[in-house]
Amino acid sequence: MRITCPLCGARDRREFTYYGASVYADRPAEGAAPEVWDDYLHLRDNPAGEITDLWYHELGCSAWIEVTRNTVTHAISATRLLADRATPTKKGARS
Amino acid sequence: MRYSGLSVLKEGLFGNKGWKPAWREPEPKAEYDVIIIGGGGHGLATAYYLAKNHGITNVAVLEKGYLGSGNVGRNTTIVRANYFLSGNSEFYSHSLKLWEGLELDLNYNVMHSQRGILNLFHSDGQRDAAARRGNAMVNQGDDAELLDREAVRRMVPYLDFEQTRFPIYGGLLHRRGGTARHDAVAWGFARGADMRGVDLIQNCEVTGIDIQDGRVRGVQTTRGPIRAKKVGIVAAGRSGQVAAMAGMRLPIESHVLQAFVTEGLKPVIDHVVTYGMGHFYISQSDKGGLVFGGDLDFYASYAARGNLPMLEHVMEAGMTLMPMIGKAKILRSWGGIVDMTPDGSPIIDRTDVGGLFVDCGWNYGGFKATPASGWCMAHLMATGEPHEVARRFRLDRFLTGHLLDEEGTGSQHNLH
Ligand SMILES: Cc1cc2nc3c(=O)[nH]c(=O)nc-3n(C[C@H](O)[C@H](O)[C@H](O)COP(=O)(O)OP(=O)(O)OC[C@H]3O[C@@H](n4cnc5c(N)ncnc54)[C@H](O)[C@@H]3O)c2cc1C
Ligand SMILES: [Zn+2]
Repeated sequence: MRITCPLCGARDRREFTYYGASVYADRPAEGAAPEVWDDYLHLRDNPAGEITDLWYHELGCSAWIEVTRNTVTHAISATRLLADRATPTKKGARS
Repeated sequence: MRYSGLSVLKEGLFGNKGWKPAWREPEPKAEYDVIIIGGGGHGLATAYYLAKNHGITNVAVLEKGYLGSGNVGRNTTIVRANYFLSGNSEFYSHSLKLWEGLELDLNYNVMHSQRGILNLFHSDGQRDAAARRGNAMVNQGDDAELLDREAVRRMVPYLDFEQTRFPIYGGLLHRRGGTARHDAVAWGFARGADMRGVDLIQNCEVTGIDIQDGRVRGVQTTRGPIRAKKVGIVAAGRSGQVAAMAGMRLPIESHVLQAFVTEGLKPVIDHVVTYGMGHFYISQSDKGGLVFGGDLDFYASYAARGNLPMLEHVMEAGMTLMPMIGKAKILRSWGGIVDMTPDGSPIIDRTDVGGLFVDCGWNYGGFKATPASGWCMAHLMATGEPHEVARRFRLDRFLTGHLLDEEGTGSQHNLH
């Protein structure tokens, strides 16, 4: 499996570390309710099909990359820098 | 029909013409007291113990493929009770005791072989951890012995004791650990459940779960709707999808785990041996194949086949530990979809839907759990209360913080 890093190009999968579904990047705000943390850390859609997940180009440029991938065929349809996505909103902030 | 030495002898003399199919192939009825979704080891064991321990026999097991087509027929067959955390250790201890009486109980040869499991360690730190784990095992009432390097050498002289990178310091030996014939476990439970009246329905995929007023009413399947008062989701790697039919999101991410087998060889590896410095463990099947495996491919997957990097890693680790296997030819490799939880421990619990239960999150260690999982799931579904040895396997433990993180690697599904 090769993953196209937006900065480095197509690289061997072994250069990347996997962090699961890309919701991992949407860290809740400090003081968020336990349900919000449970949702963020533990619960997963876990689809058989298209998923957007988070990979870290650890042995490359150190970029965080969102990969759109099929969990059944392993085909990768898109990759982009996490930095390019709109700033995630902090969920569950208590004002 | 009961199996015995005499029946084998008799059939041998008369051309093996008298054997009957081990279970019926019934049409699904319109309604059952209990439906179990998933005809893997755990689903079949649940049905068996519902009938045997609780007298509940109006039960159907619905399996989308054939019985045993999932992980129960894909694993590396290791059976052990060497867990550390209370919550896990009493459960696996109970399971090993059930294994020890399983063949008599099922009247079926599951080829349970207590050949001993040797977990190697390669540093002072690992030795301390092994000693601590061994003490926990002994406290639980199971067996563990700490072996030094020379004792390991006497037991398994074929390891590379001279390697300088990861020298072998010793091993934790669990003599009651070993292996079993995985398919036979599925078949034995299937036959036992069928004999007690359970309907085993193959090629029957559940496509929906019917819920009304907060209670489960039955399921939709590729062979039509079937009503039931209670439904158990026992679908291993597919648990997430099945639970989604009931509007649930589980703390599970499905991953692929690979395994490998060589051509048949004369007996050479008498135990189960695990490497402490790489993802590699090995045993030899009764057919002679060396069966070995490693860790996950580490990314979410529903493809029942793996990728090359983990294959390469496993081969490298194996060659570091026991160079003698280098000339054996790999016959097959395959993958299974395992249901990884964020703490590496399973779930046997009720859900928020009345009458709907889940048994899932077995990660890559659920084969050894098969009898106890069935036992405890049956107890839960029959009585509505968790069984004593499975009371920590709660669905809400992630929310409440009562995790059972055996490896202490934190809340990431692929790190357990
Ligand atoms: C390569 C590998 C090695 C392993 N090695 C070991 C080991 O050495 N020791 C150990 O203890 N454990 C091991 N495991 C883990 C163990 O195999 C699993 O944890 C265990 O088998 C899971 O329970 P099960 O047998 O019920 O699962 P399965 O056999 O997977 O049963 C689930 C069943 O549900 C069915 N199903 C799914 N969705 C539906 C639906 N919608 N409708 C109807 N049916 C459905 C599936 O077809 C399947 O048959 C290993 C796993 C793998 C993949
Ligand atoms: Zn890069």
